Amino acid sequence: MDLRDLYQEVILDHGKNPRNHRFPEPHNREGRGYNPLCGDKITLRLQLDGDTITDVGFIGQGCAISQASCSTMTEAIKGKKLPEVEELFSKFHTMLTSDDGSDDPDALGKLAVFAGVREFPMRVKCATLGWHTLNQALRSEGGEATTE
Amino acid sequence: MTEASPIAASSPAAFDVQRVREDFPALHQDVHGKPLVYLDSAATSLKPQSVIDAVAEVYARDCANIHRAVHLLSQRATVRFEEAREKVRAFVNAAKKTEVVFTRGTTEAINLVAHSWGRAYLREGDEVLVTELEHHSNIVPWQILCQQAGATLVVVPMTDRGEILREAFEEQLTERTRLVAMAHVSNALGSVLPVAELIALAHERGAVVLLDGAQAMSHVDVDVQALDCDFYAFSGHKLYGPNGIGALYGKERLLEGMPPYQGGGDMIRSVTFEETIYNELPYKFEAGTPNIAGAIGLGAAIDYFSSFDAHVVHAHENAVLRYATDALESVPGVRLIGTAPGKVAALSFLMDAAHPHDIGTIVDSEGVAIRTGHHCAQPVMEHFGIAATARASLGMYNTTDDIDALVTALRKVQELFG
Repeated sequence: MDLRDLYQEVILDHGKNPRNHRFPEPHNREGRGYNPLCGDKITLRLQLDGDTITDVGFIGQGCAISQASCSTMTEAIKGKKLPEVEELFSKFHTMLTSDDGSDDPDALGKLAVFAGVREFPMRVKCATLGWHTLNQALRSEGGEATTE
Repeated sequence: MTEASPIAASSPAAFDVQRVREDFPALHQDVHGKPLVYLDSAATSLKPQSVIDAVAEVYARDCANIHRAVHLLSQRATVRFEEAREKVRAFVNAAKKTEVVFTRGTTEAINLVAHSWGRAYLREGDEVLVTELEHHSNIVPWQILCQQAGATLVVVPMTDRGEILREAFEEQLTERTRLVAMAHVSNALGSVLPVAELIALAHERGAVVLLDGAQAMSHVDVDVQALDCDFYAFSGHKLYGPNGIGALYGKERLLEGMPPYQGGGDMIRSVTFEETIYNELPYKFEAGTPNIAGAIGLGAAIDYFSSFDAHVVHAHENAVLRYATDALESVPGVRLIGTAPGKVAALSFLMDAAHPHDIGTIVDSEGVAIRTGHHCAQPVMEHFGIAATARASLGMYNTTDDIDALVTALRKVQELFG
């Protein structure tokens, strides 16, 4: 087990300096995510125009993995259409949880830096918190996503 | 009764920690290719071989239900089960064996009192007093009870060092306080509460007092008669015993006046569809086949712990804790959470560079097992305005070498995140 597989430079950088760490105005969707095990919290807001996410940002606190994952996610989904976003999450989730990882790491771009999380099953929830929060924001206009 | 053991009274040199370590097989393994450094005994302590053997022997030899059959195996199991109860009685110095009820652990013991005593005696307008540093297990059962009874849950605030002071306690104690439920030792911070003094104050007001002793049993003296507590709840697995077994001590007078907690076998004397006559103490509260092997294993754990002078063990742990406090304070960017003067066996801390969860993963990769999170004490985290801490906690087998390994691992965290 090599820690550098988990804590890649991109993750350390985004953990320390999360991108889109602000609430976009205007916005018409909000999701709140919470990991009760470690107390990680994320509030995500986005502007959905038709089926395109035109702007997105979040305020959160938590471990480097959870914050970096949310940060890279906002970069990856901005300007994307919902079906593309769904496919991205599905690929991301497969990379973290399946035995042989992603069959198509290139499709994930920068998100592929999280591949190492698969070796740390206790941390998969940290890496998916932002994505679950996104799902919750898209599905409803309230409530709270949790990793449990 | 001493709140914490005297530090200077006995020489730590009299305690051969290396020999103790030989008794704990789980210590002798590598994790991630590094020798295990176990600093999570507040979550669960490791088990000595004698406890593991005692549990195995129940299943290998005396595998029978208790208090029932006339055959020899059942007789042996019953005798050993009741011997274990006597060991618990002696260990906490209860007046009578009938005052010791076996439970699944601390949580079940607290819930037993909340359900049985609470539903029988708590009335609308009454108050239940807890402290700000409680584990969720000593908050939620009372919250549920208060909602059902129309009573109020009142909280004694703690100081920024993590202490519960007499003055703050007295301020919240009223003539409506019917029950006080508080920790003997804080699980998140290690603070030892001045329980003897607080119990006396509560009794002056006529309140009943339950102590949550989950974190106390192996780190401070527990003498329920000297403390004069009405209930004392604890778990075996934090006292080097098996999981799934613990006990509730209750004063006989109170237990006699309480209805059963659960209905089932062993808690009855006779049953017809019209009427059930309950068994005598403590069986009235032990419905169903109990954790027989667990209780016998707990007895073995008490035997093991009692083979040492408890004050010598406490002095050893306190010496390691002082060493750890100094060592962590010398690491730049480390902040200790919980700095009460009377403190045992646990060190909660934060690092500027990294979140507790990242600290936990990185030190684990160095073989060092610590706990990270809110430690089931979210109000404590709230008090300090944080979501989580990293916590290193001690058992009798820990050494200053373990602390050095932790500090080395924390430097790795700084390298990576610094």
